[in-house]
Amino acid sequence: MIRIPCPNCGPRNSNEFRYSGEPRKRPVGDDVTPAEFRAYLYEHTNALGWVKENWYHSAGCRRFFQIERHTLSNDCRPVGSAPQESAS
Amino acid sequence: MSVRSATEVPEIVDTSGQASTQRRGSPGPAKYSAINLVKKGLSHGEWPRTFHDHELAKSYDVVIIGAGIHGLAAAYYLASNHGITNVAVLDKSYIGGGGSGRNTAIVRSNYLTPEGVSFYERSMELYRDLALTLNFNVMFSERGHLTLAHTDASVRTMRWRAEVNKLLGVNSELIDAQEVGRIEPRLDVSTNTRYPILGALYHPPGGTIRHDAVNWGYARAADKLGVQIHQNTEVLGINTVGGKVTGVRTSRGEVSAPIVLNCTAGWASLICDMVGLKLPLITHPLEAAVTEPVKVFLKSVVVSGSLHVYVSQTDRGELVFGASTAPYPSYSMRGSLEFTQELASHVIELMPSVAGLRLMRQWAGLCDMTPDFSPIMGFTPVEGFFVDVGWGTYGFKAGPVSGEAMAKTIADQMQAPIISAFTYERFPAGTLVGEKGAASVGH
Ligand SMILES: Cc1cc2nc3c(=O)[nH]c(=O)nc-3n(C[C@H](O)[C@H](O)[C@H](O)COP(=O)(O)OP(=O)(O)OC[C@H]3O[C@@H](n4cnc5c(N)ncnc54)[C@H](O)[C@@H]3O)c2cc1C
Ligand SMILES: [Zn+2]
Repeated sequence: MIRIPCPNCGPRNSNEFRYSGEPRKRPVGDDVTPAEFRAYLYEHTNALGWVKENWYHSAGCRRFFQIERHTLSNDCRPVGSAPQESAS
Repeated sequence: MSVRSATEVPEIVDTSGQASTQRRGSPGPAKYSAINLVKKGLSHGEWPRTFHDHELAKSYDVVIIGAGIHGLAAAYYLASNHGITNVAVLDKSYIGGGGSGRNTAIVRSNYLTPEGVSFYERSMELYRDLALTLNFNVMFSERGHLTLAHTDASVRTMRWRAEVNKLLGVNSELIDAQEVGRIEPRLDVSTNTRYPILGALYHPPGGTIRHDAVNWGYARAADKLGVQIHQNTEVLGINTVGGKVTGVRTSRGEVSAPIVLNCTAGWASLICDMVGLKLPLITHPLEAAVTEPVKVFLKSVVVSGSLHVYVSQTDRGELVFGASTAPYPSYSMRGSLEFTQELASHVIELMPSVAGLRLMRQWAGLCDMTPDFSPIMGFTPVEGFFVDVGWGTYGFKAGPVSGEAMAKTIADQMQAPIISAFTYERFPAGTLVGEKGAASVGH
């Protein structure tokens, strides 16, 4: 089981949440090409290591928030709390 | 080594990957046959190693990263169909250490899109003859495959699938709940359950195979043709000059090669990162479990999308279970209690009589999911860098056809027609091959 630290409620079982992906900038404006929009839809970093991501606490405060999670150990930490030397 | 029955003879292999004195080109292992079994049995003779260790050479014509079924099959068909034998298959761990040794070994071709159906059907054709082709008992068993429908929407999708399947000559039929009950009497087909069974897509040629045997069989056959398989050899980087691949950097030194094929499934993004290529892959863990063995009562493979579970029974009598992928990406291969709890509750809804069975083992593997549940295969913008990735939860059954098609693509330097819909360009072009309706839970 992994526990997700909700900044509003505290740590909860991950099954209370909905994973909602890496934060990405949605292309806006009339000059966005289909290819640019598809890149936004489909491309992911899929990194191994610490990643910043969005979660939605559907069975709790029902708010979106960001955390950092390590994709191998599934350890979580607040955004920006990385120790200086290991920001990878 | 103990011999249990004549039908299992070809499984007797040494896969330890430890040092061997045999050199490349040395006579391969004795042919597996009843006569050889009797001879070895009477003389207590050792079976020779089926594949060998080698020094890493300075250069190869083709380097394949990943010794799962995809890498091994591609190597085998490069050598057997195209005479390209100066090939190295590199794996950071061992043969079948990825998804190829962790899957639930379900094979079928009742997909949804014409591109998908023809592709997976070719794999079934190759599987039918594989034991003979490789001289290795792969225990291919066309025992029948049932995808249960619990909602009107899934009945509709299944009717659609059945029609596409039939059009392409694949044996596939929508059947009602009574028929489901006749085929599998242990399934609860009563109408007062939480999710009553309304019918099923019945695919008689679907079934299971012995996944380890397929991996070892391809490894042995490729080795015999001169391919070098290097276990415990991690690729750390890929060298390019002017946008062209020139070789790889490994934990055992540098190797030059004009062609590199990425067959690393769950780790594929990390290899693509080495050449700066972004593909729409997300790695999700998938878990599976087996029970203690009991007398065989379940003939078919049974899949329930609504209940997120599928089950088959091995010849030994264990029930093999799988489910959906974890709902978040991760590279972790740890099992979880949530999985077994949910699994158990759903299995009991389907087959109340198995409630007393004990689970023996559970494990997890990594799945490289794509947005349309179809693979990404062939050329990339980096010259000499080929991919055979995006295998998600369904790639084992595709091993033979993928190996054949990737070998052809590399040998001809032209995308093989059977995989022409699976190029990476379909994402920027918006021409997806949507298989979600046929591939999300029923792997
Ligand atoms: C629990 C589970 C159940 C499944 N059930 C089914 C099923 O019933 N039917 C089906 O068709 N499919 C199923 N699948 C999917 C199937 O297992 C995979 O799609 C398939 O095995 C992928 O094969 P592959 O050869 O591409 O990759 P893998 O077998 O995953 O091999 C990739 C290899 O790459 C190696 N590697 C990674 N990084 C490096 C590196 N840097 N250097 C060197 N080597 C590296 C790894 O060690 C690994 O051995 C299931 C998967 C799982 C996890
Ligand atoms: Zn909350």
